[in-house]
Amino acid sequence: MSLLQIRNLRVEFDTAAGPFRALDGVDYTVEAGEVLAIVGESGSGKSVAMLAMMGLLPDSATVTADEMSFEGVDLRSLSTAQRRKVIGKDISMIFQEPIASLNPCFTVGFQLLETLKAHTDLNRRQRRDRVIELLTAVGIPEPERRVNAFPHQMSGGQCQRVMIAIATACHPKLLIADEPTTALDVTIQKQILDLLTGLQRDHGMGLIMITHDMGVVAETADRVVVQYQGKQMETADVLTLFEAPEHPYTRALLSALPENATGDRLPTVSDYTEAFAREQTEART
Amino acid sequence: MSDAILKVRDLKRDYVTKGGMFTPPRVLHAVKGVSFDVERGSTLAVVGESGCGKSTLARMLTMIDAPTSGSIEIDGAPIDINAGKVTREMRQAVQIVFQNPYGSLNPRQKIGAVLEEPLLLNTSTPAAERRDLAMAMLEKVGLKPEHYGRYPHMFSGGQRQRVAIARAIMLKPKLLVLDEPVSALDLSVQAQILNLLADLQDEFNLTYVFISHDLSVVRYIADQVMVMYFGEAVEYGTRDAVFDNPQHDYTKTLFAATPRADVASIKARLAAKSAA
Amino acid sequence: MSSLDASAAAKTESRNANRAMLAEFWFYFSQNRGAVIGLFVFLTLVLIALLAPLVAPHDPNFQYRDNFLTPPFWQEGGNVSFLLGTDAVGRDILSRLIFGARFSLFIGVVVVTIALSGGVVLGLIAGYFRGWVDTTIMRVMDVILAFPSLLLALVLVAVLGPGLVNAMIAIAIVLQPHFVRLTRAAVLSERNRDYVVAARLAGAGNLRLMFKTILPNCLAPLIVQATLSFSNAILDAAALGFLGMGAQPPTPEWGTMLAEAREFILRAWWVVTFPGLAILITVLAINLVGDGLRDALDPKLKRS
Repeated sequence: MSLLQIRNLRVEFDTAAGPFRALDGVDYTVEAGEVLAIVGESGSGKSVAMLAMMGLLPDSATVTADEMSFEGVDLRSLSTAQRRKVIGKDISMIFQEPIASLNPCFTVGFQLLETLKAHTDLNRRQRRDRVIELLTAVGIPEPERRVNAFPHQMSGGQCQRVMIAIATACHPKLLIADEPTTALDVTIQKQILDLLTGLQRDHGMGLIMITHDMGVVAETADRVVVQYQGKQMETADVLTLFEAPEHPYTRALLSALPENATGDRLPTVSDYTEAFAREQTEART
Repeated sequence: MSDAILKVRDLKRDYVTKGGMFTPPRVLHAVKGVSFDVERGSTLAVVGESGCGKSTLARMLTMIDAPTSGSIEIDGAPIDINAGKVTREMRQAVQIVFQNPYGSLNPRQKIGAVLEEPLLLNTSTPAAERRDLAMAMLEKVGLKPEHYGRYPHMFSGGQRQRVAIARAIMLKPKLLVLDEPVSALDLSVQAQILNLLADLQDEFNLTYVFISHDLSVVRYIADQVMVMYFGEAVEYGTRDAVFDNPQHDYTKTLFAATPRADVASIKARLAAKSAA
Repeated sequence: MSSLDASAAAKTESRNANRAMLAEFWFYFSQNRGAVIGLFVFLTLVLIALLAPLVAPHDPNFQYRDNFLTPPFWQEGGNVSFLLGTDAVGRDILSRLIFGARFSLFIGVVVVTIALSGGVVLGLIAGYFRGWVDTTIMRVMDVILAFPSLLLALVLVAVLGPGLVNAMIAIAIVLQPHFVRLTRAAVLSERNRDYVVAARLAGAGNLRLMFKTILPNCLAPLIVQATLSFSNAILDAAALGFLGMGAQPPTPEWGTMLAEAREFILRAWWVVTFPGLAILITVLAINLVGDGLRDALDPKLKRS
C-alpha cells in the first residue's frame, strides 16, 4: 500500500473570467521513504495539487478525484476539519518564504512548543528538551540561546531550518516542501537540501519536493512528475528522466538549462509556451 | 589593445545607519574598494549572494546612488554625480534592467508611453517619429506593434522583461546594467530572454554588466566574471579562468553548492544513497 | 504603408485596452449589489437636482398662507398638492427637498474638490521630499486632526462669519488632513518602486515623477476617500446648517430646514423627518458607492 495515492485529480477555480481549470487529471503516488519531485513552471499547478490534498484551498475551488487516500484512508469522504485531524500529525508542509511562514510576534521556541503541545502529550519539561533536540537536529547553532530569538533576528536560512524543525517535530510520515529553497542563496540552498534529504533518510519519511529548479530535482529526487499548465507530462524515475526524457516538453525544459547549452543560442520551449501564450492572448482579447 | 568602455577604480560605498538617542551611528561597508574594466561589446558578470554588494554596485554604475569614494569612467568620461547634476549625455550612456518585471513598469502607463518616455525627456524627436521608433523597438525585442497600446498587467513576466529591455536600449546606451534580469522568470522564458540579450548585444554592440547569483546563467553569458563576497571582489578574471580554476575559497564553495543536473552527478548521488 | 497599418492597429489596440480596463472595473464594481443600488440612487439624486425647477411642484420659497403645517397627503387633513406637507410658514416640503439636493451636491463637489486638490499636493510634497518638509506638513495636519472636526469647523465659521461658502471652506479644511495622510502613505510605498527609479533614469524631473509617474498609482485609495468625504461634507454642512452656522434661511438646505423645524418636532413630525431622511438616504447611497469603488479598485492594485 502506498503512503499517498492520488488518481485523476482535478481542481477548478471560479474566477472573474469564468471557471479556470488549474489541474486536469493528475496522478501522484508516494511510497514510504521516497522522494517525489513535482517539477513545473509557474502556472503548472504544482502547488495547487498539494494544497487540494491538505484541504487548504479557498471555497472558490472545486476538487474532484477518482482516488485520494493517505495510508489507505480515503480523504475525499472527510470534511476539511476531519481531514486535518487525520493527516495533521502525519503530513506537514513547509513553504517558500521561511520568514513569512513564522509568526513574527513569538519566539521560535514558543512556536515549536505550541506545535508539540498540540500534537503530543509530553509534559512541559519534556517539551522544552525536545525543542532543543529538534533545533540541534536541524543544525541551529547554540539552540539554548536561539529558542528565545524572534524570526526577524534570524537569517532566511535559519528560519527555514526552524520551519523544518516545526514540520518534523511530530515525526510526520510525509513532508511536503513547496519550493523550500527558492528564496535562499545557493550555498544555503545546498545546506537546506542536505538537511531535508538527511532527515528524510533518517526518519524514513516520504518527501514531496515541489520545485521549478531542475538542479534541485537532480540533487534530491527519486521519482519525478513533470507538469505543464495543469497537466501531467511525464512521470519517471530521476535517472531515466535526465538520461532519456520521453516527453518533448521535458526534453525542451532540459535543453533550456544554460549549463546544457551547446551552441551560441539556448534552445527554448517555444513549441509549447509560445503556442500557449498566443492562445491565452487570443482568449483574453 | 584594450578598448575599455567602463573603468572602475577602487569604488567604495558606505551606508551610515542613523544612531538612536543613545546608540552611536553605525557604518556599513556595502562595497569595499572594487576595481574592474569592461571592454566594449563584452559582458562582465558580477556574481554573489544576497548582501554581497552587487546591487549597490549596480546602483552606483547607473548613477542612482553616489559612491562614497573611487571613480567610474564611461567611455573616457568620468562620472561623478556628487559634483553636480547628471547631464543628458551621462544618463544616455548607462541604462538598467531590473530583476522584477512586475515592479519595473508603471502599471498606469501604456507600453508605448513607457518606451517613448526616454526619448521625450532626452531628445527633441517629434511625436510621430518617437512612435515609429517605439514600434520598431517592440519588434526588435520580439513583441508586436499592437502591444503598443496595452497596459503592463496584460503581459506575462517574460514579455514585461522584454519591454523593460526595450526601454533601456531606446536611448542607445553604451553600457547596460542587468540586475538579475532572468532570476524572476521561468526556465523556458529565461532562455528566450538570454537569447534576446545576446542578439541585441550583437546588433547594437552593447556592453553588459550582468549581475546574477546563478552560476549556470553566468557561465553561459559572461566573458569576464567577478565574484563578490561581503563587498569585496574575491575573484576576477575571464570566464574560463574563473570556472576552471577558481582561486578563492568562497568561489569554490559557491561552485560546490550549485546543484548539478547532469546524469553523471545523479548516478553518483544514487549510488551513494543505496550504499548508505 | 505597413507602418501606417501598424500604427492604426496600435490605436485600436490602445482603445481596446482602455475599454478592457473599464469593463474589468465595472465587473468588480457590479459584484457589490449595494454599490450598484447606491450608484442608482445617487444618479437619480443628481438628475433631480439638475432638473429641480422642472420637477418641483412649487416654488421652494413661496409661502402658502392657507396651508401652515399641512400634513403629508395620506394623512388626515393632507392635501394632494403638497405631497409631503408644508412647513410652519406654508412652504412645500417636497419642493424644498428637491432644491435642497442642489445645495447638498454642490457642497459635496466643492468641498471634495478643495480638500482633494490641496490634500494631494501637500501629501505628494511630504511623501516625495521627506525630511523637514514632510515633518512640518504632517505636524500641521496632526494639529488639525487633533481638534474635534465639527468644533473646528464651527470655530472657523465663527471666525469667517456664517454662510454657505464659509461653511464649505471650513469643512474642506477639516477634511483635508485625511487626504494628505492617505496620499503621503501611498507615495511612500510607491516612490521606491523600480518603475519610479526607471523613470528617474530616463530623465524625469521631480514634478514629472510626482504628478505623472507616482500620482496615477496612488489614485485608487484617494477616489474611495473622496466619495466617503463627499458624504461627510454633506453631513457636516447639514450639521453646521442645523447649528445656524451654515446656509442661512430661507435657503432650502437640508440641515437648515431641520433647524427651522426644531420647535415643531412634537406637533408636526413631517417637517423634521423628511429632511432627515433625505440626508440619510443620500449619505448612505454615497457610502455604498464608496464601498463598491474600494472593491473595484483595490484588487487591481494588488495585481499589478
